Amino acid sequence: MTTTLINTSAHSAGYTDKLLLPHWAEIVKIIPEIEGVTTFQLKFTDPEVENRYRFEPGQFNMLYVPGYGEAAISMSSDLETANGLLVHTIRHIGNVTRGTSRLKVGDVVGIRGPFGTSWPLDAIEGLDVVIACGGIGLPPLRGAIYRIIRNRDKYGKVTLLYGARTPKDLIYPTEYETWQKAGIDMQVTVDRGDETWTGRVGVVPMWFYHFRVDPHKTAVLTCGPEIMMRFVIYEALARRIPSDHIYISLERNMKCGQGACGHCQQGPYFICKDGPVFPFSALENIFNVEEY
Amino acid sequence: MTDKSLTIGSTVALPKPELDLLMADLRKNGFQTVGPHLQDESIVYTKIDGLKDLPRGILSEQNPASYRMIQTGKDRYFDFIPGGQSWKQFLFPPRHTLFTAVKDGKWLLKENDEPTPRYALIGVRACELAAIHIQDRVFLREDFSDPIYRLRREGLFILAVNCLDPDATCFCVSMGTGPRLAAGFDLCVTELDEVFLVEVGSELGRSLLADRTYDLPSAFVQNTANQALERAAESMVRTMDTSDLPGLLTGQLEAERWTEVGKRCLSCANCTLVCPTCFCWDATDQVDILGKSTRRERVWDSCFNPHYSYVVGGNTRPNIRSRYRQWLTHKLGAWKGQFDVLGCVGCGRCITWCPAGIDLTEEVAAIRAEVKA
Repeated sequence: MTTTLINTSAHSAGYTDKLLLPHWAEIVKIIPEIEGVTTFQLKFTDPEVENRYRFEPGQFNMLYVPGYGEAAISMSSDLETANGLLVHTIRHIGNVTRGTSRLKVGDVVGIRGPFGTSWPLDAIEGLDVVIACGGIGLPPLRGAIYRIIRNRDKYGKVTLLYGARTPKDLIYPTEYETWQKAGIDMQVTVDRGDETWTGRVGVVPMWFYHFRVDPHKTAVLTCGPEIMMRFVIYEALARRIPSDHIYISLERNMKCGQGACGHCQQGPYFICKDGPVFPFSALENIFNVEEY
Repeated sequence: MTDKSLTIGSTVALPKPELDLLMADLRKNGFQTVGPHLQDESIVYTKIDGLKDLPRGILSEQNPASYRMIQTGKDRYFDFIPGGQSWKQFLFPPRHTLFTAVKDGKWLLKENDEPTPRYALIGVRACELAAIHIQDRVFLREDFSDPIYRLRREGLFILAVNCLDPDATCFCVSMGTGPRLAAGFDLCVTELDEVFLVEVGSELGRSLLADRTYDLPSAFVQNTANQALERAAESMVRTMDTSDLPGLLTGQLEAERWTEVGKRCLSCANCTLVCPTCFCWDATDQVDILGKSTRRERVWDSCFNPHYSYVVGGNTRPNIRSRYRQWLTHKLGAWKGQFDVLGCVGCGRCITWCPAGIDLTEEVAAIRAEVKA
C-alpha cells in the first residue's frame, strides 16, 4: 500500500541557504495564557523577510534564543488573523522554552522556517471536521480553526474537542464563545473539574462514545499528547473513519527542520519535513511500535 | 612518454618516489594533502607531507572489538586497512562553528567566514569512496544542500587505492562496493612491491600525472595487479546476505533479537562515530561567561546518545534495544527509501570498534533466522 503524504507548497522565505542561520524577529507583545504558557507576537526586523514570509497552519518554525539554542514551535495563528505578525504559544518546559520565559517586549529571537507539512484544509473541504486536541495541542490547530471559520461554508459540521487537565489549564478560553458563534461546535472537557466547572469531565476520546459521526464524510485533525491521539485514532477507526481522513501532528526532537540532522526520524520519515502533519494511513505500520 | 598519450582511463606504472612529487604538486595547487598515518598504534587520517608520513610496512589485524598493528617490514605504503577514522571528518567536520551571535545593545550575527579548506584525500578505499557517494546523497539533495559539505566536496581531490588484503571484519563484496574501484576518483593506485600502477580518473588527475615520470605498465605488472585484486575479493571471509533488505528488518520490528542485542550493546555510540555514512548532528550554543556572545556549533551526534530522542516528557527511545533497532533498521532499512541506497558499505569499522564486539552481519543473520523459524 502506498500512501501519498500531504504536499505543502513550500513558502520558505524564512529559510536561508546558510546552515541554521536565523532571521531576527522582535517581540511585539507577550500574552500570558495559563501557568507556564505564554503567547509571543513577533515581527521580523528585516521588512523584506516579513514580506516574503508565508506559512500554512500546522507548519512550524525553529525558534532560536541566543545562548539557549533552538526549539521547534508550531504556528499558533495565521497571518490574516494576526495582522502579519508571527504568533507562537509556548509552554516553558524545556531548556530553550524556559529561556523564552525570560524575554521581554522588544527583545529579539531568531526564526527559521516555516517547515513541515500543514493541516490539509483544502483536501477536507466538503467534509464534517472533528478537531481533537489536548493541552498544548490546541495552539498548533488555532490557525486551522481561524481558516475554517473564514471559509465556514466550505465544510460540513465542525466540532472542536478540547481537553485539559483542569479548567485552569484551558488555553485561549476567551475565544471559545466567538468560535461557537462562528459555527463550531465547542466540546470542552477537563480531567478534573473544580468548584466553578459546569462542563464536561473526562478525556477527549470519550466524546466519540456520545456522538455519532458519519464515517464516509468525516475528517479528524488531532494534536496533543501521543496517548490522547492514540485513543482518538482508535475511536475514529472503530467508527470506520478511513485512516487517510485522520490527520495527526507528531512531535519529535528536531535540530534542523530540513530532514538533515536525523533526530526526528520515525521509521521511513523525517517528521520535520515529511510531517509533522501526517494522514494516519502513512503511519499505520509504525505508530503503535513501542519506542520506534 | 609524452603527455598526449595520457587520457582518462589510461593506466601507467609510476615509480614510488614520484608520488611524493605528485603530492607536493597538489599542495602547490592549494590542496591540503591528508592521508593515513600511524599514530598512537592506530591508523589515523591526518595532514601528511609525503610518502614519509604514510604507514610504510604496516598491516592491521582487525576482529570484533579488536584492532592490532602488525609490522611487515615491506616497502609498501598502502597495505593497511583503515582504522577507526574515516574521510567523513573532512567533508562533515565533527565540530564546526556556524555563526557567532554578539549582543551589542541588540543581537548581531557574525557568520563563520573561515575559508573552506581544499582537501586532497590520499589513499581512499573502494568502500570509503562508496561511503562518500552515499553521503553525497544525504547532504546534497534536491530539497536540501548542506553548504559546509557542498563546498568541501566540490573542491575535493581523491587519490584512491585498490584494496589487496582485506581484513577479517571487511565485507565490501557483500555490499557490492569493493574491493576494486570503478569510478569516482581523480587517480587510482594499485600498489605492487616495486611500483604504483596508477589509473587516471579525471582531467585534474591526468594533468598532475602528466608532469611526472612514468612508464607504460608491462603485461606482467598488470597481470600481477589483476591477480592480486581477484585474490582480494576471494579472500574476504565475512559476508552479509542482503537479499530482501530493507524489508527484512523493517518488517521485524518486534524480533526477539532486538532484546537480545540490546543486552549486549552499551549504547556508547562508537559504531556511529566510526561509520563513514552516519550523518546525524546536533547544534549547540557555546556561551561566553558574561552572556554577551554565543558561538553556535554543529557537532556530530548519535542515535545512541540518550538526549538524541529527548522530547518534553521523556525520551522516545529510553531503552538500548530501541536505539540499536533504530540504528540498524535505519542503516539497512529506512535509508533505502530516503536516499535510494543502503547506508552500509561493508567497511567493518562498526564491528572492529564496538567494545562489545557486536557484529551487524551476525545480527542481520539472526533476524533472518528468526523469520525462517
